[in-house]
Amino acid sequence: MTLVPSANLGLKRQDFLSNIDPKWCAGCGCYSVLRWLTGTFPTMNLPREKFAVISGIGCSSRTPYYVGTYGFHTVHGRAMTVATGLKLSRPDLSVWVMTGDGDAMSIGGNHFIHMIRRNPNIKVILFNNQIYGLTKGQASPTTAKGKKTKSTPYGSIDPPLRPLSMAIAAGATFAARVADTDGQLMADIMQQAADHKGAAFVEVLLNCVIFNDGTFSHLTEKAVKADTTVVLKDKEPLIFGNGKDRIVTIDGFRPQVEAYTPGSPLPSNALIHDVAVEDSSLAFLLSNMEHPDLPVPVGVFRKVEAVAYDDHYAPKGGDLSRVFRGSEAWVEDAAGNISPLGANAAAASAA
Amino acid sequence: MTSQQIARTVEEVDTVVIRFAGDSGDGMQLVGDQFTSTSALMGDDVATLPDYPSEIRAPAGTIGGVSGFQVCFGTSDVFTPGDTLDYLVAMNPAALRANMPFLREGSTIIVNADAFVARNVEKAGYAANPLETGELNKYRLLSVPMVQATQEALGAAGLSAKQVDRCKNFFALGLSYWLFNRDPKQTHRWIIKKFAVKPDVLEANQRAFEAGLQYGKDGKLLDRSYATRTKATPRGAGVYRQVSGNTATAYGLLAAAKRANLPLFLGSYPITPATDIMQVLQQNKEFCNVLQAEDEIAGIGSAIGAAFGGALAATSTSGPGFSLKTEFINLAVMTELPLVIVDVQRAGPSTGLPTKTEQSDLLQALFGRHGESPLAVVSASSPRDCFDATIEASRIALKYMTPVVLLTDGYLGNGSEVWRVPELDELPVLKTHLVTNPEGFKPYSRDPETLARPWAAVGTPGLEHRIGGLEKEDGAGTISHNPANHQKMTDLRAAKIEKIAQDIPPTEVYGNPKSDVLVLGWGSTRGVIEQAVGHLNKRGVPVASAHLRHLNPLPSDLKALLKSYKYVVVPEINAGQLAYHLRGKYLVDVIQYNKVEGQPFRADEIEAKILSVLGVQA
Repeated sequence: MTLVPSANLGLKRQDFLSNIDPKWCAGCGCYSVLRWLTGTFPTMNLPREKFAVISGIGCSSRTPYYVGTYGFHTVHGRAMTVATGLKLSRPDLSVWVMTGDGDAMSIGGNHFIHMIRRNPNIKVILFNNQIYGLTKGQASPTTAKGKKTKSTPYGSIDPPLRPLSMAIAAGATFAARVADTDGQLMADIMQQAADHKGAAFVEVLLNCVIFNDGTFSHLTEKAVKADTTVVLKDKEPLIFGNGKDRIVTIDGFRPQVEAYTPGSPLPSNALIHDVAVEDSSLAFLLSNMEHPDLPVPVGVFRKVEAVAYDDHYAPKGGDLSRVFRGSEAWVEDAAGNISPLGANAAAASAA
Repeated sequence: MTSQQIARTVEEVDTVVIRFAGDSGDGMQLVGDQFTSTSALMGDDVATLPDYPSEIRAPAGTIGGVSGFQVCFGTSDVFTPGDTLDYLVAMNPAALRANMPFLREGSTIIVNADAFVARNVEKAGYAANPLETGELNKYRLLSVPMVQATQEALGAAGLSAKQVDRCKNFFALGLSYWLFNRDPKQTHRWIIKKFAVKPDVLEANQRAFEAGLQYGKDGKLLDRSYATRTKATPRGAGVYRQVSGNTATAYGLLAAAKRANLPLFLGSYPITPATDIMQVLQQNKEFCNVLQAEDEIAGIGSAIGAAFGGALAATSTSGPGFSLKTEFINLAVMTELPLVIVDVQRAGPSTGLPTKTEQSDLLQALFGRHGESPLAVVSASSPRDCFDATIEASRIALKYMTPVVLLTDGYLGNGSEVWRVPELDELPVLKTHLVTNPEGFKPYSRDPETLARPWAAVGTPGLEHRIGGLEKEDGAGTISHNPANHQKMTDLRAAKIEKIAQDIPPTEVYGNPKSDVLVLGWGSTRGVIEQAVGHLNKRGVPVASAHLRHLNPLPSDLKALLKSYKYVVVPEINAGQLAYHLRGKYLVDVIQYNKVEGQPFRADEIEAKILSVLGVQA
């Protein structure tokens, strides 16, 4: 009963929208995720009823109401537990989790690392806006140090957590990052996540127009993004910049930026991306690269093959009476005469 | 006459209570298990009470490290593991001292004399060796050099002194088998199977076991042995086995899923004393999906996910874990999904006494949630009853689309008794509200008889819908913030749970209904209450008792029943939780009888309470 695509079902994006209009703020990055999520579903050639979208609590977690599949808006931080139970019980379903930085990294941190390490065939989209939006603007675990929010009026003193580093440390077999403004890359990553056999983790850098507006603008504004981000491509060097004139090289364990002349031979210490390398050190190193010292990588960090957790779950059934009788049962007749039974009887005759 | 001839004298006995006690590493649970299963296989009724410390290996020789296993075996009316001990097998001074409160005048004490050296005597807190001070004079003291005898038996086996010492429990077992004329065959087979990969240990244990038997045969322990009478009324034709409450609970889930024609899912997390339920199901993976989750919350969360997908879903835990699951239980209440939450209660609050029993989660089960959040609560009354109670909890969950809390406890979960293994087709068929027809489908429409909503499992074409913790519009199931709708939905959720009472059979009265006293119990106190009530009626003191399986809703005839007695006594292993609930619900006063020592009631305690209520001299 595993996930089996049918022939092209001819479904369109509109077929995956519910009849409820989203109630996100105008200009919210959540719309972008909804757009590309429902754009990906038709390509999977599964009927609508085979999809389940599961969420926790927060702005991200309203997504299930707007998707026309089965959906479950659960409790804060725990969507991944519900998704895991559903997927283990029903491997024939395509299960997607919508979560946020507070939901997955704070209250649900434990579930996040354990779902990732088990590697069930579940897709997790983390809407990272670095703020608690639905409760109107408190610092989240990914909020930048020094950031003033309603709960950090003098600036946040907490070092922020990196969701991708968490995922990779927990053993993610698929980990990717994309900004809400980059539709083309999001479509590509959603597609790769959908096709991946195992847990797929996608961090979306997402703008909260009300409580954290512009927090990623240094990575998303057209004028600067070529200089501040680098798009990861498998087996390729990390060349970036408006003129493709900079390259990431490695000095020991330390990545650094060097000038590069387009078309010239690569420096011997150029960092070459490889999504499929078993050791996660490279992916982890990439996940730690931060602005302004280094370009922030987007794209697929890691994509390795492993057994999906749900493949271990396949009860076949059988004779329950045998289980209930166990190895030490006996038969009594109406007169109270006792004779051993089953394995017990076999052992008795062997003895 | 030679001593061997003397030892052939066999006396018949009715029921015997024996406790094996030693250090927690002495293998007392193993000895008790073997003794019990052999007794059961010989036709005796059995009831067991394992009593062990929460530490894996507390310091040897100390009171804190004493591990005990009590079994009552015999041929008439074995309701409980017994109040006081007829026999105590004490492997060291600490085991003797810890169990003195359970002895009565004339009890037999069999001690491992080799362990009564100055160091151990002191560690147990004795000023002087109790075997020599005369303080045990009112008991029948049988002193056996068990280590020495074991050493002699193993002389040539080439084992270290430590290994030899570890075989002494088999010597004690053999000796007990001789004393009560137990058939050694079953245990021989068990030793062969258990130690197949360690031939030297296998041989040593066999020799020690044989040496124990021979020690008795040689007349070195007593001039007589004992045998239980042949049963006056046989149990009835059928297949039988010994079963613990936790195993019976796990089997109950398997049976319920089978009879509901649903896949079974258990999400759980290790916690004493509930872990066995998960482990038994893990051993039977071909029949179910079991997730050992990362925490208690994930245990129930995964179960709710499985329920959304159309499984009979369950989570198993004990008090602290039950607290952690609370928020998710409310999600199950709000989304009206079927779910069984098993709480194997233990002594609290907090970590409390993890290996000791208590009935103190009743009010948490009834009320321990935010918001107006009613759900069904049922309880099991004996180890084998855990099977039936689990099926009943599953039946209610599926029929009424609701989470159901099943309360068992450590005494039931770890205790065991003889169980007639039912044929699957004897068990009730459990109906579900699974739907497939998209025409007119509304996720929160109501079945008129039960008020249950339809169960549209994920994967059903045309029934795609969204659920969640936000308040639902009546019928449509969409989000609603309408004030009148919230009132209506709150009322509907409560009315649905009240509807369950229509399935509860009339409350049965045990003993003499024409008495002034009704003893009302719930959960694991049934055996001890009925033993006490039966005994008093035999003595000519008319007493009645009733036992509650359903704690929410309560049986609809309960109020009238309580009002029909002059006195209602409510014994509970808590500070009065059912009593509190009854007063609040019915404005009927009851007489509390409470104990929170981490131990079950004894029948004589219940008898004494009843007599004091009646003003009768004991």
